[in-house]
Amino acid sequence: MNQFEYELAPNVENAVASGRSNGAVFLAGGTNLIDLMKGNLVRPTRLVDINRLPGLDRIEFLPDGGVRIGALVRNSDLAHDPKFARDFPAVAEALLSGASPQLRNAATVAGNVMQRTRCPYFYDAASACNKREPGAGCEARGGHSRLQAILGWSAHCIATHPSDFSVPLVAFDAVVEIDGPQGRRDVALEDFYLLPGNTPERETILAPGELIVAIRLPAQAALFAGHARYLKIRDRTSYAFAVVSAAAGLRIEGDRIVEARLALGGVALKPWRARAAEACLMGRRAGREEFAEASMLALQEARPSGENEFKIELARRLVVRAFERTAIDNTARLSPLPASIVNLTEEIQR
Amino acid sequence: MKKSPVSMTINGQPVEELVEPRTLLIHFLREQLNLTGAHIGCETSHCGACTIDLDGKSVKSCTIFTLQAEGAHIRTIEGMAAADGTLHALQEAFREKHGLQCGYCTPGMILRAWRLLQENPDPTDAEIRFGIAGNLCRCTGYQNIVAAIKHAAILMAGAQQKEAAE
Ligand SMILES: Cc1cc2nc3c(=O)[nH]c(=O)nc-3n(C[C@H](O)[C@H](O)[C@H](O)COP(=O)(O)OP(=O)(O)OC[C@H]3O[C@@H](n4cnc5c(N)ncnc54)[C@H](O)[C@@H]3O)c2cc1C
Ligand code: SF4
Ligand code: FES
Ligand code: FES
Repeated sequence: MNQFEYELAPNVENAVASGRSNGAVFLAGGTNLIDLMKGNLVRPTRLVDINRLPGLDRIEFLPDGGVRIGALVRNSDLAHDPKFARDFPAVAEALLSGASPQLRNAATVAGNVMQRTRCPYFYDAASACNKREPGAGCEARGGHSRLQAILGWSAHCIATHPSDFSVPLVAFDAVVEIDGPQGRRDVALEDFYLLPGNTPERETILAPGELIVAIRLPAQAALFAGHARYLKIRDRTSYAFAVVSAAAGLRIEGDRIVEARLALGGVALKPWRARAAEACLMGRRAGREEFAEASMLALQEARPSGENEFKIELARRLVVRAFERTAIDNTARLSPLPASIVNLTEEIQR
Repeated sequence: MKKSPVSMTINGQPVEELVEPRTLLIHFLREQLNLTGAHIGCETSHCGACTIDLDGKSVKSCTIFTLQAEGAHIRTIEGMAAADGTLHALQEAFREKHGLQCGYCTPGMILRAWRLLQENPDPTDAEIRFGIAGNLCRCTGYQNIVAAIKHAAILMAGAQQKEAAE
């Protein structure tokens, strides 16, 4: 690992000012950044430690029913917060389906959203990778591409975004609160991520020095509390990134769907919001046929980027299953106790 | 690179040292303090052999810079047995139930299991398995580790009842 200057930022203003300087990188939980530094894949000359920024470790439930999650709230603390898990069950479920207890304890919500792709070639310094080195080429193309993107990819990069947490956040219209040299701004998480296009090295809309200070879920998101799920298909039953995943939400009145939400994970370089699928469920019954139709629409534009055609059909089936599970009332399903989410894991494995 | 001062409490002992910013906590513990109980398995945050307890939470010490632990209270496997050498209930249970073979994963397993039992003193098998998902063992197949943690839960509950009665 290269040598670097370490700086403990006392407040947001200082963090932003230091984060702006050339070669500076923010350090949060470190669970992704430090591994990348060990592999010499990221070589900051200055680490701006944001862990002790005051006030950023709070979960604030807003009077209108929404929630504001400070950037430094740890993944485990958010998932185990009883009120959060009750109001936003799919988000809690997504957090608990990721990584391991130790990593969730250290990982922050902003770090999770910002984590880099798990493309194996990105992690291998000996491989050509446009994301690490613009113009170098992409060794994933024609290589091991089983887990790569089926939506939104380009000839320059076929990687996926690995975050579980971000998938329900996009489904439920989360907003990223950013502070930076130019002041504050709010950006929808869906627009925060960039697709690879010709510039896979550009991953988000963040400018140098810009810091995520919070992530907000609007009041509308809590209206799905009774019918919201996150389902993750992976190669092992625990401790693996998603092959494909789905965050689904339904609002049901009588026997009709009045609103549907769907975002897919593991399919693109950002969580993939499936608006056509959502629209087709409006006013319909919550039945298998309807969900199957939605699943076809959700994957309408999908095409394989390599040895991963199977992911298209897998994702379709997952969409049907996620909506079927979502249609069943789930208010009592999540236990907020640490290490007590057995029902959930069994449910996912079934 | 200039070294910076760092201080923390490890197994109840105050520690003050100088470190380079890039020194990982696991290297600090093992090489600078000679606390070689926490192991390095993968050094890439996967295996859990380096698990320690930091400010009341299980973390992987290979994924933390030492400077980030400024002011922290840390517990490692060296802090589990009593001063007179009496094993902790978890160590006793791992021996009793054959929860280890080569022993490489054991310090991390025990520290993780200890925190798990603080959070959930009477876990089911499935809760134990979920709780130790970040600790890999290549020898035991986990069966005896789960049995050992269950056994330790009983020993620890018994000890607490005895304490309460006294
Ligand atoms: C073995 C392993 C398994 C894992 N499995 C999963 C999984 O199944 N699902 C999943 O979703 N994740 C998984 N993860 C990833 C894990 O969730 C992330 O590493 C973690 O969420 C990153 O958060 P952090 O706070 O540690 O970020 P850091 O590592 O500190 O930072 C990551 C990036 O975010 C930037 N950053 C951090 N905070 C801010 C901020 N406030 N503003 C702007 N930029 C910021 C940093 O500069 C850095 O570039 C796994 C990780 C490991 C090591
Ligand atoms: S898919 Fe993207 S991240 Fe992977 S090697 Fe190609 S350019 Fe790099
Ligand atoms: S050595 Fe830290 S997780 Fe493997
Ligand atoms: S006992 Fe050998 S790795 Fe666990």
